[in-house]
Amino acid sequence: MATVIIDGQEIQLAEGERLNGVQAAARAGIEIPHYCWHPGLSVVASCRMCLVEVGRRDDKTGKIAMQPKLVPACQTPATDGTVFVTNSKKVADARAMVEEDLLLRHPVDCPICDKAGECLLQDYHFRYGQETRRADIKPFTSRRRELGPAVTLFVDRCVMCSRCVRFCREVAGTSELMVANRGAHEEIDVFPGFPLANKLSGNVVDLCPVGALGDRDFLYQQRVWFMKGHSHVCANCSAGCSIRIDENQDQIYRIKPRENPQVNRWWICDEGRYGWKHVHDPNRCVTAQKRQAAGAAPMEWSPLIAELDTRLRRSRRLAAVVSPHLTVEEAYLLCRYVREIDAEAALVLGPVPQSDGDEKYPGGFTIRAEKCPNRRGVEQIITHFAGECAGWEHFLERLTKERFDAVWVSGGYCSQWHDAAAADRFSSADILIVQDLFALPLMRRADYQLPGAAYPERDGSYVNHAGRLQSFGWAIRPPAGAMVEGQLYWRLLKRPGLYQSRAVLDEVARDILYFRAAAEPVPETGVDLNCTPAAGAP
Amino acid sequence: MADFEPVLMANMQREDSHTLAAYEKAGGYAALKRALREMQPKGVVDLVKRSGLRGRGGAGFPTGLKWTFLPQETRGPVYFCLNADESEPGTFNNRVLMEQDPHQVLEGLILSCFATCATTAYFYMRYEFPLAWRRVQAAIDECYSAGYLGSNILGSGYSLNVYLHRGAGAYICGEETGLIESLEGKRAWPRIKPPFPAVEGAFRRPTVVNNVETVACVTHIVARGAEWFRSMGVPPDPADPRDPGSFGPKLYCLSGHVERPGCYEAPMGLPVRELIDRFGGGIWKGRRAKAAIPGGISMGLLRADEFDCRLDFASPARYGCLGLGTAAVVVLDETVSMVDFLHNSCRFFAHESCGQCTPCREGTAWSLRMLDRIRAGRGRWKDLDLLLEIGDSIGIIPGSTICGLSDGAAWPIKNAIRKFRAEFEDYIRQSNPQGYLETAPVAALDSTGSH
Ligand SMILES: Cc1cc2nc3c(=O)[nH]c(=O)nc-3n(C[C@H](O)[C@H](O)[C@H](O)COP(=O)(O)O)c2cc1C
Ligand code: SF4
Ligand code: SF4
Ligand code: FES
Repeated sequence: MATVIIDGQEIQLAEGERLNGVQAAARAGIEIPHYCWHPGLSVVASCRMCLVEVGRRDDKTGKIAMQPKLVPACQTPATDGTVFVTNSKKVADARAMVEEDLLLRHPVDCPICDKAGECLLQDYHFRYGQETRRADIKPFTSRRRELGPAVTLFVDRCVMCSRCVRFCREVAGTSELMVANRGAHEEIDVFPGFPLANKLSGNVVDLCPVGALGDRDFLYQQRVWFMKGHSHVCANCSAGCSIRIDENQDQIYRIKPRENPQVNRWWICDEGRYGWKHVHDPNRCVTAQKRQAAGAAPMEWSPLIAELDTRLRRSRRLAAVVSPHLTVEEAYLLCRYVREIDAEAALVLGPVPQSDGDEKYPGGFTIRAEKCPNRRGVEQIITHFAGECAGWEHFLERLTKERFDAVWVSGGYCSQWHDAAAADRFSSADILIVQDLFALPLMRRADYQLPGAAYPERDGSYVNHAGRLQSFGWAIRPPAGAMVEGQLYWRLLKRPGLYQSRAVLDEVARDILYFRAAAEPVPETGVDLNCTPAAGAP
Repeated sequence: MADFEPVLMANMQREDSHTLAAYEKAGGYAALKRALREMQPKGVVDLVKRSGLRGRGGAGFPTGLKWTFLPQETRGPVYFCLNADESEPGTFNNRVLMEQDPHQVLEGLILSCFATCATTAYFYMRYEFPLAWRRVQAAIDECYSAGYLGSNILGSGYSLNVYLHRGAGAYICGEETGLIESLEGKRAWPRIKPPFPAVEGAFRRPTVVNNVETVACVTHIVARGAEWFRSMGVPPDPADPRDPGSFGPKLYCLSGHVERPGCYEAPMGLPVRELIDRFGGGIWKGRRAKAAIPGGISMGLLRADEFDCRLDFASPARYGCLGLGTAAVVVLDETVSMVDFLHNSCRFFAHESCGQCTPCREGTAWSLRMLDRIRAGRGRWKDLDLLLEIGDSIGIIPGSTICGLSDGAAWPIKNAIRKFRAEFEDYIRQSNPQGYLETAPVAALDSTGSH
C-alpha cells in the first residue's frame, strides 16, 4: 500500500491504484485546479494550472527532499512517499500567473456566455486569480464560428487546453478538430469541408472547461444556475448511458453525461444528448379519453380507472403488450395486474427498434443498435410471469387467429412504432387500452386512450444491454393530463398512496432470481445483475 | 592555442569539398572502415564516453551517456534522428558543415548509428537550407553507391538507411521531441517527459537525437581517439562536481557588428574577446562593442565588460547567461538600442512559441506587446518589472513549461533589463515623459505592428 503526503496530510492508496497528483489530492479533499487534464484523455500537461511542488519522503529517515522546480500534478504519479505541496506561495503565484495569462486576451463576456456559472476560468479566477488586471486594456474581440451542426466556437474564449482536439482524436477517432496557427495566434478549427459532425460531437462542449465551445441547441436558452440537474438514464439505446437531465420548471434544457465507469465513462452520443425533443412535443397526448360511437370523449382519470378496472376484471382472456420503454418496475406491475385477472394472460414484448448495427468508437464508446432502454429488463419480467417471452411480430400473427377480451398496449416510443396495418390486427379485441405518447393508429383505435409518460418523467430502473440495472427518479413531471405508467398500474393494483418504484423493485428482487442483486440499494452507477452471487444457482 | 589545427573545417578549403572524391582523398571514411572492421558498437560508445564529447545542439548533454540510456535489450528498431533544424538565431555552423563537408557529417552519422545499433536514421533538415539539402542528398546517394550506406555496409554485416527529411519551417522543430512529432507528420508540439526519446521516441521506439556538429565530432574521435579529443578544451571545474568539462574542437559562429563575421573553429573555451578580435577582426567601423549574445539569442546577453567570458559549457552561466548554447556569438556595437534588441528577441520567441504551454504562449506574446508599446513611446517603468516577472517565471528551469524555448525567451529579457536597466529607463522616460510613472493599466496599442 502506498502512502502519499498532500499538504502534510497522509492518504493511503489501495494496492495497484494508479493516481496522479490531481486525483490523489482530490482524495484528501484538496483541489488542484486543472484545465488540460481530463481522466478520459491523454495527458499533455500544457495548461500548467496544476503546478505544484513535489518531493519524496525517505522511507528510513522520514526526511523529505523537495524538487526545486514546480511540476504539473497531472503528470506526476502519486507513488509511495510522494509529497505534494499545493498551498505554498510558489504554487499560489504560479496559479495566479496562469490565470492572468489566460485572461490577457479573453473577452470576459461572461454576462452573455452560456458557461458562466460552471466555467473553470471563472471559478479558478475567483479562487486563485489576482484581483486587478495588470495588462493593457483593449476592446476585446469576440469571434464565433460554427464547427459543425451541434457545436459552435467562441474563438476568443478558448484557453487552448486541447481537450476537444484530443477527444476527437482519441475517443471519437474522427480527428475533425485541430489547432491552427501558432503561439498566441492559435485557434481551434476544422479543416474546410470537414465539419465536426461525428455522433459524439456534443461531448466536446462538456469537455471545454470554458465557454469556448457552445452547444448550438442550448445556446442562450437558459442560465445554468436556474437549472436543476437530475440523475437519469438515457432511453435512446440499450447502452443505458448515465445522464444528467438539466431542467427548470419541468422544461428540459439539456442533457449531459453523468460519469459512470461501468457504462459510458464520461461520454454520451448526440442521439442521446438531443433525444429528448419529443418530450416537449406539442402533439403529445395529454387527455385521457374513451372512444364512443360519437367519437372520443375526455374522461377524468379517477372514474376512468374505476371503470377500466371493473370491465377488465369481468373479462376472461387478456393480453398485454409490454413496451421495452417501461421500467422494470412498471413492466412488473403491468404483468402482475393482467395476470391477477387472467392467470394465462398473454404477455408480449413490444417492438424492439433496431438500427443497422452497433457503432463502436476507438475510445471504447459504443452506440447500440437496439434503440430502446429496457428490452432485457422487460424480457426477464415477462419470462418470469409467462415462462417465455413472446415477441411483437409473433403476437400480431396470433391476433389473426385468436380473440382476446381485452388487450392492453403500452407504448412510450418517441417515434412512429407501428403502422395502421398492425393496429388493424387489434380490432378483434373487445376492449383495447392503449397508453402512449402520441396519437398513433393504435391509440386512435383504442377504447381507452391513455396519455403516458416519456422517459424523463419515469421513475424506476432499466437494465442495459450488458445486464446492468440502473435506478433513477423522475426529472420532470409529465404534462398535465398524462399519467406515468407506474402510477396508473399502482392504482389499478389498489396500492395505497403514490407509486413507489423502490418498493416495487424490492418485490421484483425478491420474486425474480435474475434481479436479486437489486435487493440492496442500487448505487448511482447501477448494479450488474450478471454477477449476483446467487444468480444461476437456485 | 596557437598551435591548434582545425579538424572540423580542415576539408572545407579543398576544391569540391562536398564530394565523396574530395572527402576520401583527404582520408575520409577511413575511421568508418576501421571501426566496422575492428570495433564493436559498445566500443564506440565507450570511446565517445571517454572523450567527454558533449552535445553541440545547445544543451551540452554528454553524448556517450545519452547513448547508454537506450534500453539494453530491445526487440525492434532503434531510430537515430540527426538534428539539422538549426534555427537558433545567430547559428550557422551546421549549415556550413552540411554545405561544405556533408560526408564528414554522414561518416559521423553512420558511426553514431553503428554505436547505437540504429539501422534507420532520419536526417531532419531545416527547410530553409536548399543548398545543404541538395548536397546532403547527393552525398547520401554517393554513400549508397560506394557501399557506405545500405545493407551490409563494407561487408561488415551492419546495415543502415538514411532518410533526408525536410523540416516544417519552425524553430520548435529543432527541439528534440518537437522534431520527433514533426517527423511523424504531426504538429511540432514538444512532448512531455518522461518518457525520454531514448526510451520512447520516434514512432514510439527508442530514439537518439543528436546535433550535426556532435556527430561530426564523433568521426574525429573515432579517427584520433578520446585522448586527442580531451587534449583541448576546458577540464571540469573542481568546485562543481556536476561539471564534466568541455572538450574538443568547436565551431563558433560569429556575426553582428564585427569586421569579419563567419564560422571559425577553435578549441572549446575560447574567450569571447578573442573570438571577436583575433577571428572577427574586431568591432566594425572602429566602433566599440556594447554587448554580445554568447551562444544564440536564447542564452541571453553579455555586456562588453564581460567579454572575458570563455565559450565553454560552464562559463556563460557565471555571467548570468543561460549557457553556451550553440556558441553563436552575435556582437552588438555601441549604436544598438537595447530596447530594439529586446523587442526583436521578444518578437522572435512570440512568433516561434509552439503555443502549447500557457506561460510560454501568453508570456512571450505579452512581453512583445509591452515592447511594442514601449517603442511606440508609451512605455512605463512598471513594464520593466512586469517583463522581469515574465522572464523569471517562464521556462523549464522554474518548471512552468514543457520545453526550453521559453527559457530561451526568458534569458534575453532578464539579461537585457538587469544588465541595461538604466538604458531602458532613460528610453521610457524620454519617450513618454508624461506617462512613464503610470502604474495603472493603460490602453493597448490599437494594433501591434509585430506578428
Ligand atoms: C526551442 C529549442 C530549439 C532547439 N533547436 C535545436 C536545433 O535547431 N538543433 C539542434 O541540434 N538542437 C536544438 N535544440 C536542442 C535539442 O532539443 C537537443 O537537445 C539536441 O538536438 C540534442 O543533440 P546534442 O545532444 O547532440 O546536442 C533545441 C532545443 C530547444 C529547446
Ligand atoms: S475550445 Fe475549449 S476544449 Fe477546445 S481547446 Fe479551447 S478551451 Fe479547450
Ligand atoms: S515552452 Fe513554449 S515552445 Fe516549449 S512546448 Fe511550451 S509553449 Fe511550446
Ligand atoms: S492540468 Fe496539469 S498541466 Fe494542465
